[in-house]
Amino acid sequence: MSIKKPSTTVIRKTNTTSTGLSVLNILTRSEILTLFLLILAFVVGTILSPYFLDIPFLLNNTSTYIEIGIMGLGLVAVIINGEIDLSVESTLALVACVAGVLFFDLHFPMPIVLVISLALGAALGWLNGFLVTRTSLPSLLVTLATLALYRGAANILVGDDSRPKLAWSREIVFPSWFLGVEKVHILGTPIPLPLVILIVLAVIIGIILAKTTFGRWVYAIGTNEQAARYSGIPTARVKRILFTLSGFLAGLAGLIMVSRLGVARYDHARGWALDAITAVVLGGVSIEGGKGGVLGPVLAFLLIVILRTGMGVANIKAESQLAVIGALLIGAVLTSNFIERFHK
Amino acid sequence: MTTVSNIPKVQRISGTNMAIRLARFREIGIILLLILIVLGASVVEPSFLKPFNIRTIFLWLPLLTVIAMGEVMVIITKGIDVSVGSTMALAGISVGMIWRQNPSFNIYASTGIAILIGLAAGALNGALIAWAKLPPIIATLGTLNAYRGLTFIVSGGRQIDPNYVPRKIIFWSIKGPFGNEMVPWVVVIAFFITVVTWAFLHYTVTGRNIYAIGGNLNASRLRGVPVEWTIFLVYTITGALAGFSGILYASRFGFVNPGETGVGFELTVIAAVVIGGTSMFGGSGSAFGVFIGCLLLAVINVALAVLGVAATWQLAVYGAVILLAAIADALIQLKLRRAITGE
Repeated sequence: MSIKKPSTTVIRKTNTTSTGLSVLNILTRSEILTLFLLILAFVVGTILSPYFLDIPFLLNNTSTYIEIGIMGLGLVAVIINGEIDLSVESTLALVACVAGVLFFDLHFPMPIVLVISLALGAALGWLNGFLVTRTSLPSLLVTLATLALYRGAANILVGDDSRPKLAWSREIVFPSWFLGVEKVHILGTPIPLPLVILIVLAVIIGIILAKTTFGRWVYAIGTNEQAARYSGIPTARVKRILFTLSGFLAGLAGLIMVSRLGVARYDHARGWALDAITAVVLGGVSIEGGKGGVLGPVLAFLLIVILRTGMGVANIKAESQLAVIGALLIGAVLTSNFIERFHK
Repeated sequence: MTTVSNIPKVQRISGTNMAIRLARFREIGIILLLILIVLGASVVEPSFLKPFNIRTIFLWLPLLTVIAMGEVMVIITKGIDVSVGSTMALAGISVGMIWRQNPSFNIYASTGIAILIGLAAGALNGALIAWAKLPPIIATLGTLNAYRGLTFIVSGGRQIDPNYVPRKIIFWSIKGPFGNEMVPWVVVIAFFITVVTWAFLHYTVTGRNIYAIGGNLNASRLRGVPVEWTIFLVYTITGALAGFSGILYASRFGFVNPGETGVGFELTVIAAVVIGGTSMFGGSGSAFGVFIGCLLLAVINVALAVLGVAATWQLAVYGAVILLAAIADALIQLKLRRAITGE
């Protein structure tokens, strides 16, 4: 959302440093609440079921939701910047379908398909950024439109069928080296490759956000865009880069999904953008921009995986689990608001 | 963007009086687009204007319009409510569970219960946003999931099959006043709610307060507008309308499905509201414009089918229309601002 209260954020920040209560400073760090909930989920799960603490099982389960995590990484930067990108899930679907059509219908070699697909994801993201910066429309509105547009394009491309098509012989599939990314584990450890990709990307984006000038610009724009522009930050360019990053990561998530499932369909990841935003916000990133980091959303992603796995073990249906995730989101933001108000 | 460094030049305002008056009538662009689509479709395929197709367009309206009338108020206050689809499903399923137990349950009581469930759901949204100060997108994103989860818990994951939906409720989508079949009751109700919303927004103090809050929250607070209560009220009304839509859904489609009813519908509603000229920055928008926005989506939907465009094109066309409408509106507003300030 582009609704900002820049002035209050700034005041709050100065207060934090001036009072200098170190314990409260740690408590008001955005990731702490997520970390606490994560530990709590572990403890409660272990008490409830002795089988819960099956680490390899939990780690393998991260692959089921990995696309949410990867889309979430792109969203972290976009949301800190004070914008939002609802279209990531459709970018994912369109990239997946284009990859399928390029490989099966146009007979491109797979490595070239991968390169084109990743470039397409970035291009779709750039288009979002271009529209947002050029028309100065709210990103919520622009990406709402491209949410429909990109998935619509995927639907036109492959129809209600998939690639490989349902009617085709079982032998026509993606190359075997491309399939089953979630079955690859790193050096005999139980850590699946998708999780490694997520963590590596998180470290890179985390360093960019925290340690580079560009990263400081992202926070500055999210805190007060007008002030950022007046102090010479190329706000439009930063925004376009972030939307491009978000599209690129969504495209990558699309390829991972195709590798996992073996098929490309236009309805891949439908509704997952809201899940990704949930993970980001649960990770302590302020939807109003200017505040948060990468660590919190990654922890929140693990929290969601653990909760969903735990509830799955406890035989709670996937759809009913939504009620818990929703309540958790509201509860977490309420609590952090409360701590902040108490702090002030 | 909005910095007005120099004092507006008076003579320029009088010079562009006509342009301003036209641009201020924000619905003009979308009405032109609507006429264009209808003309284009009926030239290519004359059967487009057959009564059957017009009736299909009418039947497409109620669900969208009724929720959009709430959503427009929310967006005027600079908020957003993405939980409406889930609220609609929750109300529809809950009433459906009653029908499952008691097939002869009074239909007006059913409608009342659906509205009350929606009202409660909306009131929770409103309380979280007005008093707990959660950003609207967060609060309603949370309840989007929570209400959908509740829908599954209440129904046990089972659909309310057509044989459980009372015949009388299905008749609301078949027959209208005086036994006519062209404008069924659900459409009449949607028109009625549109007119009431328009009157509420324009002629009541609360309605004007809604615009004031969206225009400038702090200023309206200083002027004594009960900001919290008004925001609470807006979300509560939206919830109630979404709850009522649960009944409209059962009437129109003859079933309610926990995993299908209203999934993703919030985005269609927001699209209709925005196409109808409502600014996402708050403070402007009208019930009339939103109604035209809903009508446009309905006409596009039916036109695509009549013209034989594959159903797979529908989503992309939607996206393109939302984008074009939004960009056109932004350009008009920019021109208008330049005309007024003479920059």
